[in-house]
Amino acid sequence: MASGSGTWSAEAEVDESLLAATTDVDLLKRAWRNEKAAPEILQFEASLVLRIREQIKLICLVLQEETVEEFVDNGVDDLIVSLYQMDLDRSLFLLRSYLRIRLQKIEKYMIHISKTDLWNKLSEQEQKFTKRCIDIMEKHLNESVLERLPYGYQSILKQSISSDEDDMVPQPQLDTFVFCKTKDAVGAFQLDDVGDEIIDLVADDLNVVRYKSIKGLVEAGQIDLV
Amino acid sequence: MMSGLTYDDSFSDQNILRASGLGELQPCLGHNNSAELPQMSSVNPTSSARRLKPLSLASMAGQSDPQLSLLSAPEVEFLAEDEMVEIVPNIKMESLNMICGDFGPFFPQIACKVPLWLAAALKKRGKCTIRTPEWMSVDKLTQVLETERETPREFQPLPFHYIEISKLLFDHAHDDVQDTYMVRSLIEDIRDVRFHKVESGLENISGRTHAVKLKNLSAMEVNIVRPFMMRTLQAFYKHDNPQIIQQHNISGRKQPQVLTRSTRNLRPR
Repeated sequence: MASGSGTWSAEAEVDESLLAATTDVDLLKRAWRNEKAAPEILQFEASLVLRIREQIKLICLVLQEETVEEFVDNGVDDLIVSLYQMDLDRSLFLLRSYLRIRLQKIEKYMIHISKTDLWNKLSEQEQKFTKRCIDIMEKHLNESVLERLPYGYQSILKQSISSDEDDMVPQPQLDTFVFCKTKDAVGAFQLDDVGDEIIDLVADDLNVVRYKSIKGLVEAGQIDLV
Repeated sequence: MMSGLTYDDSFSDQNILRASGLGELQPCLGHNNSAELPQMSSVNPTSSARRLKPLSLASMAGQSDPQLSLLSAPEVEFLAEDEMVEIVPNIKMESLNMICGDFGPFFPQIACKVPLWLAAALKKRGKCTIRTPEWMSVDKLTQVLETERETPREFQPLPFHYIEISKLLFDHAHDDVQDTYMVRSLIEDIRDVRFHKVESGLENISGRTHAVKLKNLSAMEVNIVRPFMMRTLQAFYKHDNPQIIQQHNISGRKQPQVLTRSTRNLRPR
């Protein structure tokens, strides 16, 4: 699979030569897989998405021109157009699926996202979307149910006025177990605060661990979720 | 560590549940075939007669809404289609500058490497022949099968997407594979043996399991076992964790935990 992106990995200089071989599609694929496997929303890859969109627009233009003009050798040309179309479809699918899975997570945990620093992981459009979603949801819940409940139970966030925290807000479960693979050996790694759970993370070994324990490594790009 | 103990012949739900020591959770379970799980038969058409029953264990209680993290079988295939294979084109074509990379130029009878999806597309239109990957020869696969059978605790190194690659090649390029039937049956046998190992390894998951090492498991096998394993580990983590803290003295065997569990009142799920 693609090597880790240079902006995160500490060994960016070492991986320089490998980075040149990593295409945007590989990076997007990696981002998509991580997003699919992680229980909470991850950092939005703004520059990556922008680059892929540019490339897709370019290829779309090229394809439009090719189908309009008439070439002499029709046989091979149809083939080439269809191959470009297939590649385009694949990239579009990756991009759309990536955005879709993020939207799904936003819809599930929108209030939680808006109240914590996960907000910074969203893109601008996603933030607008979240705000609108929350407004609509609040309005709907207020009108249909909350206004008719007795005083003290009318909050969207808290079960009742006497609750200490916002216990009506669903939070992503960070102890979900995930399958992961490391690029380079991380060595002995402490899994828990209790201190007696240490596993050895060797390169290319598949492990199943709790997401919370490897959260930092995932964000740093050292571990891939499978 | 995943280690095999018994060789469970039956694929039925009941036996799998009993073997994994989770039979007492039965009252909470439904027995419907979960629609969200990929069926093995959609990957390999030749084994459609033999649906693997363990897949319906997704109905086990435990986690809330794992659907977000599930990859469907076509999606795993999509990931596999980016693997490179060697083809021998029989036409001349200019190089392709695509979003996912640059390939070509293509000359007749000169081999080159392209992604699997591209190779399948060209093959479908009769523009090339696909060279079988090295690991797909009868000799290598027989060797892998023998070693798989001899080592009940380890998985042999195989390409991560070997199931998807072989399926796509059989579908589109079966005439390019030497000894198609032999290779096909070998791969099926390898899949069976490995999956048995996975199942027997599942028996050893207990409350003290905080991580599971799965060396050399392939993408499709991971995907099939993912929902069940996630829910199992989650259930064990949720219910057994305080016990671990309380019982430092007991060495990590399954038996004592079962005994003590029966004397506690588990809160109903």
